[in-house]
Amino acid sequence: MREYLNNIKDGLVTVFIGMKITFLHLFTPSVTIQYPSVKVPMVDRARNRLFVNIDDCIGCDQCARACPVSCISIDTVKGLPTDDLGKTSQGKKKALWVTKFDIDFAKCCYCQLCVFPCPTECIYMTDEYEFSQLERTGLLYKFSALSPEDVEQKKENFQKFEAEKAAAKAAAPKPVPVVKPTPPPPASSAEESKPEN
Amino acid sequence: MIYEFLANLFGGDVIASFISGALPFAFIVPFALFAVWLERKVSAHMQDRLGPMRVGYHGWMQTIADILKLIQKEDITATDTDKKLFNIAPVLVFMGSYAAFAAIPFSSAYIGSGIDLGILYIVAVSGLVVAGILMAGWASNNKYSLYGAVRSAAQVISYEIPTVIVILTVVVVVGSLNLTKVTEFQTNRFWDWMIFGGSIAGIKKLILLPFMFIGFIIIYISSLAEVNRTPFDIPEAESELVAGYHTEYSGMKFAMFFLAEYANMFAVSAVVATLFFGGYHSPFGYLGNLIGLTWLVPIEQFFWFTAKGIFFVFVQMWLRWTLPRLRVDQLMTLCWKYLIPIAFVNFLIVALIMVL
Repeated sequence: MREYLNNIKDGLVTVFIGMKITFLHLFTPSVTIQYPSVKVPMVDRARNRLFVNIDDCIGCDQCARACPVSCISIDTVKGLPTDDLGKTSQGKKKALWVTKFDIDFAKCCYCQLCVFPCPTECIYMTDEYEFSQLERTGLLYKFSALSPEDVEQKKENFQKFEAEKAAAKAAAPKPVPVVKPTPPPPASSAEESKPEN
Repeated sequence: MIYEFLANLFGGDVIASFISGALPFAFIVPFALFAVWLERKVSAHMQDRLGPMRVGYHGWMQTIADILKLIQKEDITATDTDKKLFNIAPVLVFMGSYAAFAAIPFSSAYIGSGIDLGILYIVAVSGLVVAGILMAGWASNNKYSLYGAVRSAAQVISYEIPTVIVILTVVVVVGSLNLTKVTEFQTNRFWDWMIFGGSIAGIKKLILLPFMFIGFIIIYISSLAEVNRTPFDIPEAESELVAGYHTEYSGMKFAMFFLAEYANMFAVSAVVATLFFGGYHSPFGYLGNLIGLTWLVPIEQFFWFTAKGIFFVFVQMWLRWTLPRLRVDQLMTLCWKYLIPIAFVNFLIVALIMVL
């Protein structure tokens, strides 16, 4: 009988204790973070999507070579002496037109190895992490500021310049014409695109 | 009475019957929408979450969105189900809980049917729900559904006994089974409510008080079991039986079970409120009487009744997120070894007090 009454007492008391706890939790501020509208700030040095400040890029290709998965592909065309390519923010003179600066984030492993070698600090990690795409091709980010027409024009200019130089060389007869007088334009362009990858 | 009013208004019994029959539906559906939302909010906040937040302010339209989704859903009927029973079951379950609303006095001006056997009728008609649940479990041809249905039947039948005994104690005090009379017995002052001994003069009231409190606790526990709420939710124990008797249902039939469950929750809370907490009475007078607008009184009464019902529904939710589910043997022990003897002794004592 004593056990029976104790059971009743225990049952009621424990239920009320439990109800008190849940009631207090009813007014505890919730821990939910309403993700799309509220975002948790990223920790320092978090590695997310890369960004290239193309104004500062000198097209040195060091990031592409550092990349362990080859997700960066850079094409450059030499600028003419007459061209004004501007300067980087650190005052370094740019010598190359960066005709192509593509990063394929489907390949990128977010290792940040490309960031360290950059001499102008123009490639860096942002805290942008929401960039999912329906198609894998959507993850190919093009950072080059030049339009395709511009690129064509720059290439032509350079070829013209090369041809002119070669012509000038050929015109001025030098002591030993060992060097082949006319490097044909296609060859020069092929030579130019060599640093790629 | 609303029925006579409608009959006078439309000049025909048939239309009046249809309209007064459909009135509880106009209450149940918004209530169910609100209660589902409340349940999700209460559960979320008790677990330090937020719950639905996207649809409308703090997600208040979430259930409307859910209902729209359920309406669009395909109505799947598995091949080996017993088609007729399978289709009737949700209707029967809903009918059982809907019919109970006929005898619940929402205010002094509105009661579906003021029959003298009101509370007995509610108890009897709630029994229909068990038939529907058994039907659903059997017709689903699914072992988990059948388990759920059989458990539900066992549970509801066991727990109806303490419920009815406690109802009897109240009936002994009031002297009527008519719920309007039970309500009128408890006046619009909260110390006259049945939980505080009813409007009985003298020392009797004080002696009755503890026994009425015991009666309230017992009827609340057993009514929880009757509507299959946690901690007595073994018929639909998610972790054991998927969802019990409504596992195989989808779309609107599932929504009907859902609606019936929430309607039942309110019906049970309403009965508890009517028996012990003054029914539609305000705890302290009426604003309508104070400022001389007597037509305001029934509306206030409706407000108080709904508020009390929703409060007890809230307590049901509160208990749901507090207590773990009982085992089957614990469930039966609680009913047969604790609730029934205590309720019976309580009933005898109250009867003795009333006789003396």
